[in-house]
Amino acid sequence: MLRKIRIALATIFFVGITALFLDFTGALPAYLGWMAKVQFVPAILALNVSIIVILALLTLLFGRVYCSVICPLGVMQDIVSNLAARRKKARFSYSKAKNVLRVTMLVLFVVALVANAAMLAALIEPYSAYGRIVNNLFAPIYMWGNNLLAYFAEKADSYAFYSVDVWMKGIATFAISAVTFIAITILAAKNGRTWCNTICPVGTVLGALSRYSLLKPTIDTSKCNGCKLCSRNCKASCIDAENHKIDYSRCVACMDCIDTCRKGAIGYRYAGFGTTNAAKETTETKANNSRRQFLSAGAIITTGTLFAQANKKVDGGLAAIEDKKIPERATPVVPAGAGSLKNFTTHCTACQLCVSKCPNDVLRPSSSLDRLMQPEMSFERGFCRPACTACSEVCPNGAIKPIAAEEKSAIKIGTAVWIADNCIANKDGVTCNNCERHCPNGAIKMIRKKDGDKDAPRIPMIDAERCLGCGACEYVCPARPFSAIFVEGIESHRTI
Amino acid sequence: MNNEEKNNMKRREFLKRLGGGAIAASSVAAIGCSGDKGKKRYVAEGIGGDVPTDAMTYRVNHNSGDKVSILGYGMMRLPMKRDEQDKEIIDQERVNELVDYALAHGVNYFDTAPVYCKGASEKATGIALSRHPRNSYFIATKLSNMRGDNSIEFGKEMFANSLRELQTDYLDYLLLHNLGNKDAYNKRFIENGLLDYLLQQKREGKIRNLGWSFHGEKAFFDFMLDEAGVHWDFIQIQMNYVDWQRGNPTAEYMYKRLAEKNIPVVIMEPLLGGRLAKMNYQAMEMLKEREPEKSVASWAFRFAGSYEGVLTVLSGMTYMEHLQDNIRTYSPLTPLTEEENNMLMDVAKRKMGFENIDCTDCKYCMPCPYGLDIPSIFAHYNRCLDEGRMPQNEMDEDYKQQRREFLIGLERGVPKLRQADHCTGCRECEHHCPQRIRISREMRKIDEFVQKLLGDGRI
Repeated sequence: MLRKIRIALATIFFVGITALFLDFTGALPAYLGWMAKVQFVPAILALNVSIIVILALLTLLFGRVYCSVICPLGVMQDIVSNLAARRKKARFSYSKAKNVLRVTMLVLFVVALVANAAMLAALIEPYSAYGRIVNNLFAPIYMWGNNLLAYFAEKADSYAFYSVDVWMKGIATFAISAVTFIAITILAAKNGRTWCNTICPVGTVLGALSRYSLLKPTIDTSKCNGCKLCSRNCKASCIDAENHKIDYSRCVACMDCIDTCRKGAIGYRYAGFGTTNAAKETTETKANNSRRQFLSAGAIITTGTLFAQANKKVDGGLAAIEDKKIPERATPVVPAGAGSLKNFTTHCTACQLCVSKCPNDVLRPSSSLDRLMQPEMSFERGFCRPACTACSEVCPNGAIKPIAAEEKSAIKIGTAVWIADNCIANKDGVTCNNCERHCPNGAIKMIRKKDGDKDAPRIPMIDAERCLGCGACEYVCPARPFSAIFVEGIESHRTI
Repeated sequence: MNNEEKNNMKRREFLKRLGGGAIAASSVAAIGCSGDKGKKRYVAEGIGGDVPTDAMTYRVNHNSGDKVSILGYGMMRLPMKRDEQDKEIIDQERVNELVDYALAHGVNYFDTAPVYCKGASEKATGIALSRHPRNSYFIATKLSNMRGDNSIEFGKEMFANSLRELQTDYLDYLLLHNLGNKDAYNKRFIENGLLDYLLQQKREGKIRNLGWSFHGEKAFFDFMLDEAGVHWDFIQIQMNYVDWQRGNPTAEYMYKRLAEKNIPVVIMEPLLGGRLAKMNYQAMEMLKEREPEKSVASWAFRFAGSYEGVLTVLSGMTYMEHLQDNIRTYSPLTPLTEEENNMLMDVAKRKMGFENIDCTDCKYCMPCPYGLDIPSIFAHYNRCLDEGRMPQNEMDEDYKQQRREFLIGLERGVPKLRQADHCTGCRECEHHCPQRIRISREMRKIDEFVQKLLGDGRI
């Protein structure tokens, strides 16, 4: 019964969070956004005291149910482990706790956070790791499925589905997500909750609390016949059946053992504030820094002639559009709501929830080493529309704080910079005022060139004090592959 | 009941055989003929029903004595398909079928141009027509030196190439393509001596009728008629019931001047690029009330054909059902009564009230140097207007759904980077537009509308 309740609750959370990450229409955050906000590390980073207190109390009452129900990475491992169990049952065995490794990982994690290297911590933060896996591996499949439906909908003249662009947002982040997914899947298939009880910092912290939880599964030695079935089915490898002891720091309160025991010897009972039999032995551990591979995104651009003038064939044909290249920005542009670049980089654990919610394809994970996987903005596919606050609505970490659209339309996050040599008014002598026309804040005016005659094509003048840094000018700029006008980020956002 | 059933069967069988596609035109014609036992059964929008083979209305060109079918085949909108490399090419098999069918049903005027279908139309036309006796049809093509090169060599080569592509040693009708203003006319045909060269070709019998197609202003039209100093065998103008009293010059003005000079008139855009076939429901209702089983398009064809001075009415028929519908309309032509004519003028007024953009999808504006898909953007805008599905008022209870349909439809019709927001306003396209649409201004209008509609970008 208890196990079934656990599975039911876990299913709700798992499906909910996965759907939250997959949804690209922006309809779900209103209903499911809280599921991201109750995650442990995000709550700490967002200084969400009430959530932290609730999670701590929950653990002190029931043990690590957080790991079994709320944490999507934990539930994902249970699913993998469950599938693996169909091939081989009772494949686990008791092992001693690797406390040195656990504490080392926790210390590294905390140091990384305190030292403003949130992106290093992000590598092992469970919720974010799962978010990245969904965003990078599952979402494309989901979107392709959607596009197939959209294809049929179009045939049927229906507007129920519309197709969306599926594109490689960051190859480094994709690779890290794939490696994380493969590693965790293998670990879970072989040894159940190894990750949670060795690497995961949340598991270690909650494990320290769950030793003292009021309710625990305990073994009634009078009923136990020593068959060890419980131990061999414990995915956390924490039941020492020989000594009738359970390591509550590793027990994730999954209740599997209660159902497994044929003698009814295991029950979930009030146990008082007793300590456990945590192994005292120290184990040799190697702080094995996982090697990371960084592939720089050397975008291969297909070139096309822009001004292909066919003399004879005037009828029809579309000019090829050369892909835009991402300009090198001295300071990255991050969403309004971040407040400052520093606040953003120290709070973001790169879960990619905002990336998956950005309706204008502006956000994508960074490939730069110091902000690896943390989102940044660029404007090849759209611009940051002043009326949109999608990222600020979902960020659970406080890296992007909630803002209203009215507020946002006055927050400066960057400054447009003009590159004379790229501008088609100079390069091709053609009239264009696309940047001026699309600036939502009227920060661009077309002016006469200094030495040009009055009929020569005009060039843009940027009022840096009015410019919000939304990227509309960069997006619509016809110069390719590099826009003639692009946004430079600013360290500290401000209201203008 | 019994009769009805029989007819239904015949129709189905007929369509089935047509669908087979491989059947030669003559046998199709035979079915069409023998299947008709005096009973006519027309179904809405001209789909289904019998297609007569021997009732086409003809007009005589008094300059050359040509007996020309009132329905002319425009080879500008030929059926396309994708080849192995996913490149769009002409579907020659279907072109052959259409041409065979047209000939078998009395159509004998085929109008192409070197620039149609990205330059592939003449060749496809040549392939299809060369399978029939040369004296069973008339070929019309054009001198399309509108862009770039104004040299006589280029013009001569274009003419020679037309003969090669069309697999013939003479052209029945040659047009100076798309005359827009005096300046361009002088550069293209006078200063370089190209017109003299063409007149020479006419004397040698390589051109049987010489004329021009017109997309310019009134003064230039008058100049061409009165002061050009050349005998024109025919003139091609845009004429339909919307343009009859619209523009400078109006179609009415042009037609009347040509009639007074006794010059045979070839009609283009009788359907305004298909827009008189799909119109807003209000206007459609007016037509359907009178003739529920006749297609909306048939009214436009009857309008154009009703004028006696018209030699032929061109229609770019991509699909078999359009060809069949038009053949029916003209086999034989029933001229409009005065009362019907008045009603069409009323429809025209209503149609114009909706502020459509006058794009006929001729694609002369393309390629846009910045990659925009100009005709598709206009087509989407016009369609939403025509269907009364424009998300104009946020208070409408339908607004949300209309907005969604507009945005999704736009994404489906035009890739993001080819939409109106990427128009730089360079106006390169505008002097190519035969309809003289102020394209960049329209783009700006559409862009502003779409940006407002997009809001935060969520659909």
